[in-house]
Amino acid sequence: MAFLEINDVQKQFAQTTAVDTFNLQVERGEFVSFLGPSGCGKTTTLRMIAGFELPTSGRIVINGNDVTHKPPNQRNVGMVFQSYALFPNMTVADNIGFGLKVAKKPAAEIKQRVEEMLKLIHLSALGNRYPYQLSGGQQQRIALARALAIKPQVLLLDEPLSALDAKIRVSLRNEIRAIQRQLGITTIYVTHDQEEALSLSDRIVVMSEGRIEQIGTPFEIYNFPLTPFVASFVGTLNVLSATVTNAGSGLLQIEGQPIRAARPIESARDGETVSIALRPEIISMNGASAGEANRLQGKVEDVSFLGSIVRIRVRFENDFIHLDTFNNPHLSLPQIGQPITVTFPREAVLVLSRAASAA
Amino acid sequence: MSKSSPWAWFWIGLGVLYFFVPLFATLEFSLKAQKGFYSLTAYQVALTDPGFVRTFTFSLTMAAATVLVGFLLIVPTAYWVQLRLPRLRPIVELLTLLPFVVPGIVLAFGLIKLYGHPPFSFTESELSTNGLLISGYVVLALPYMYRAVDTGLRAIDVRTLTEAAQSLGASWPTILFRIIFPNLRVALLSGTFLTFAIVIGEFTLATFLNRPAFGPYMNLVGDKTYIPEALAIITFALTWASMGLIQFFSRGTPGQGPLAGTR
Repeated sequence: MAFLEINDVQKQFAQTTAVDTFNLQVERGEFVSFLGPSGCGKTTTLRMIAGFELPTSGRIVINGNDVTHKPPNQRNVGMVFQSYALFPNMTVADNIGFGLKVAKKPAAEIKQRVEEMLKLIHLSALGNRYPYQLSGGQQQRIALARALAIKPQVLLLDEPLSALDAKIRVSLRNEIRAIQRQLGITTIYVTHDQEEALSLSDRIVVMSEGRIEQIGTPFEIYNFPLTPFVASFVGTLNVLSATVTNAGSGLLQIEGQPIRAARPIESARDGETVSIALRPEIISMNGASAGEANRLQGKVEDVSFLGSIVRIRVRFENDFIHLDTFNNPHLSLPQIGQPITVTFPREAVLVLSRAASAA
Repeated sequence: MSKSSPWAWFWIGLGVLYFFVPLFATLEFSLKAQKGFYSLTAYQVALTDPGFVRTFTFSLTMAAATVLVGFLLIVPTAYWVQLRLPRLRPIVELLTLLPFVVPGIVLAFGLIKLYGHPPFSFTESELSTNGLLISGYVVLALPYMYRAVDTGLRAIDVRTLTEAAQSLGASWPTILFRIIFPNLRVALLSGTFLTFAIVIGEFTLATFLNRPAFGPYMNLVGDKTYIPEALAIITFALTWASMGLIQFFSRGTPGQGPLAGTR
């Protein structure tokens, strides 16, 4: 039995289904991210685990106890909010000790735990400050310490880094992961930032329109997306329409040009149109990829300089793809309008299981 | 930097004259109790009058009770409306404005008519009549108190703070008294001082309920000279002191700076 179980959970607001048949098993100590665009139901699911929303149907079980109908203050679930939610009238130390005070722990124990938590987040010197005297990053670390002080069964983080600037976001992200590993606490992390989800998580739940699109490790989600939505939402991806010419041999055509997938195509028959996905970083220019690589011919339509990489848009008749190449000041870039042959390995051709309408 | 228009200064000057000339005239007149020179005699007489001390103390007590009852009623109501029933906000706001529409005398007669007879008979003892007076004062102070509390609640992210406290195991009373009330300190002070200002000068309810309040006392001494003017200045000074205290407590109060938990 998993430590946290979410079984057939559904949430409806009037006529709208915010979360539809959500099933997830989270093991003790696992770090799971809910990833998706705004309105996909990720925060609603998190709020149901916290007890702030009641599921319309389904069960939520933590450590063998059904908590579906338990009020939030009886779940022992720590929560970190996007807006920090520190109590403005209390000092940092009082904020961290609040949950323990509520639980009527002895003063000495509270003091010791607060010191422990301040040390954990490297802010031991700030115990007497008020929240408004701290930076956003410091406030969020205090919020994390406050949530951890009560030794929760599950730690929930609702887009905790969204309000911070880019540099602090990266450093705090690493700190959250380090603390989570150190304490071994089961964690659910809600984000719309794919980089955050990919870098932090043991597993990612990609959501769209209230449904789970895919559950997998960051490696699986990025490299083997199962649906056009996952393919387009996680990372930059080229999604192209292709006609199956020989499903058994993995043969397809993109605008009349033949390509081959590494495996037989099981989701479609000969003559049907499927969506195929190609990562920009796996595509090369002018035959750079040797051996049995697929080749497509087109024209350079745009060249974008993005710092460490250069993104080139190649136009076929109706479709186009992006390819990424590392920025090298010693190499000349292709010119707009120039004919180009792009190559990619057969293994890079991902035939998506659903039609390309969402892509 | 834009250049100030002479007309702006003219209107400001006119406003200042409109407000301060009568006040200055009252002050000046109140200092003329002794012929030929200015003195504080009228103030001395007013402040040493046993009636002043008795009625002022009574009104202060009533004001304190009004503040207590009012906030215990209004803070949880406004909090709940903000948290769970935001759609009811217009209705609640309309209800709180009713004291502006219903004249004090109607309120006084309504209270006496309803609660002065069996089965209630609240006017039969001093204590219960005081209770009735406090209830009336709460109604009169409702527009000011509710607005002060509502503004305070809007300045903090009530929902997230509540949820944060809940996730830490806090019950509703704990959230209300340890999170919400302390974070409304400035709003509560504003409401308190406004309520004091209303109750101290209130006349109609106290007169019809026959209570020894400061409002009726001021009316009683109205036929004398110099003393009513001195009392008017004292009342003004008290009101202004209250406003000054609001300003003082609004500044630099811990946790009342850029609020955490707000967006």
